[in-house]
Amino acid sequence: MSLITSPSNVATKDVLIEARDVEFDFGQTPALRGANVSIGQGEILAVMGPSGSGKSTLLHCLAGILVPKHGEIRLSGERIDNFAENRRGALRRDTFGFVFQFGQLVPELTAEENVALPLLLNGMRRNDALGRAREWFSRLGIEGMERRRSGELSGGQAQRVALARGLVAHPKVLFADEPTGSLDSLTGELVMELLVTAAREDGTTVVLVTHEPRVAAYADREVIVRDGRVTSLTPEPAP
Amino acid sequence: MSVPFTLLGLLEREPSHGYDLKRDYDTYFGRSKPLPFGQVYATLARLTRDGKVAPGVIEAGDGPDRKRYSITPEGQSEFETWLAEPIDPEPHLQTVLFAKVVLALMLGRSATTYLDVQRAAHLQRMRELTKLKRNESLIDVLLADHGLFHLEADLRWIDMTAARLPMLAMAVAS
Repeated sequence: MSLITSPSNVATKDVLIEARDVEFDFGQTPALRGANVSIGQGEILAVMGPSGSGKSTLLHCLAGILVPKHGEIRLSGERIDNFAENRRGALRRDTFGFVFQFGQLVPELTAEENVALPLLLNGMRRNDALGRAREWFSRLGIEGMERRRSGELSGGQAQRVALARGLVAHPKVLFADEPTGSLDSLTGELVMELLVTAAREDGTTVVLVTHEPRVAAYADREVIVRDGRVTSLTPEPAP
Repeated sequence: MSVPFTLLGLLEREPSHGYDLKRDYDTYFGRSKPLPFGQVYATLARLTRDGKVAPGVIEAGDGPDRKRYSITPEGQSEFETWLAEPIDPEPHLQTVLFAKVVLALMLGRSATTYLDVQRAAHLQRMRELTKLKRNESLIDVLLADHGLFHLEADLRWIDMTAARLPMLAMAVAS
């Protein structure tokens, strides 16, 4: 079928991050069986597919959370899957940002401390980190929530705090796994609008795992993960 | 779209000329299919004949559009009834999408490929509608949402069908 493209088709943007022939097993169960995907600099890619197809596993492999059994993960051309755990940890802190379905805020910390967390982990001084964190509250329309703890936030507010935390350190890549999965349609739309606007303004590449077509419609293009393999129906950036 | 009831609804706001009705109809309801002037006046003539609309006196001035129409109590009552009734849920049981999948299965072609191509086309249209929502009026946002939710329903069907293809292939072959 002519519309189905291979990763080598049509150069549109420079590749920032890619998976090549990635395989990953959970015990005896294969989750990825030769997954290939290339994501361009500044691109927003939706990763879709049925439950259990391997889409979250692909995200975790790209983000250096899981190490593939076979294949390669490359960031700006450099292989990162064979980094030692401490280097992968540094990559996750310095270069990647994360947003998950249920915010996963630290309940003991205030909202602004949650947002500041990646900066504090990177060694920034507390006052500087909190100052940088506070800027995000007006940017994402949650001014006044800075001192609240996660239990005092609505689902939409908590998710915006999580989004701020994912973006505060200006990551090269934001990994978002079902970022609106726990929200109603209207709040989900607001969070997606903020996510896409912030990512575009900062030139952040986004890998967005979702099973919701209305969420995927915010991305530049989509790939489908099926039985641990990736199908792309639109041209990918050339490696 | 029921043109007579929609015009009655617009007239319930205030008495209007045919031109005003066409403009408002096109703004709110006729994005993909504007209402021809001929149809506006033909509909108003029928509504007048049936006692649901009353034309006002001919106003002084140039041009053909010098009558201001108003809704009658009978028209109001009919409009109220129409507005309160639920529309028929339309399940679209025999769509081209459905026919293509069944035929592909019957003929041993790749229904998976067809569904993938269709999914990509649907998502492309959803991307366009999502972008459109960013800078448009609330009316356009509502219209785009309506389109997005319908496309999403198709996509859910596509995903469910893709998951059921092995079973469907057996059913069609037997």
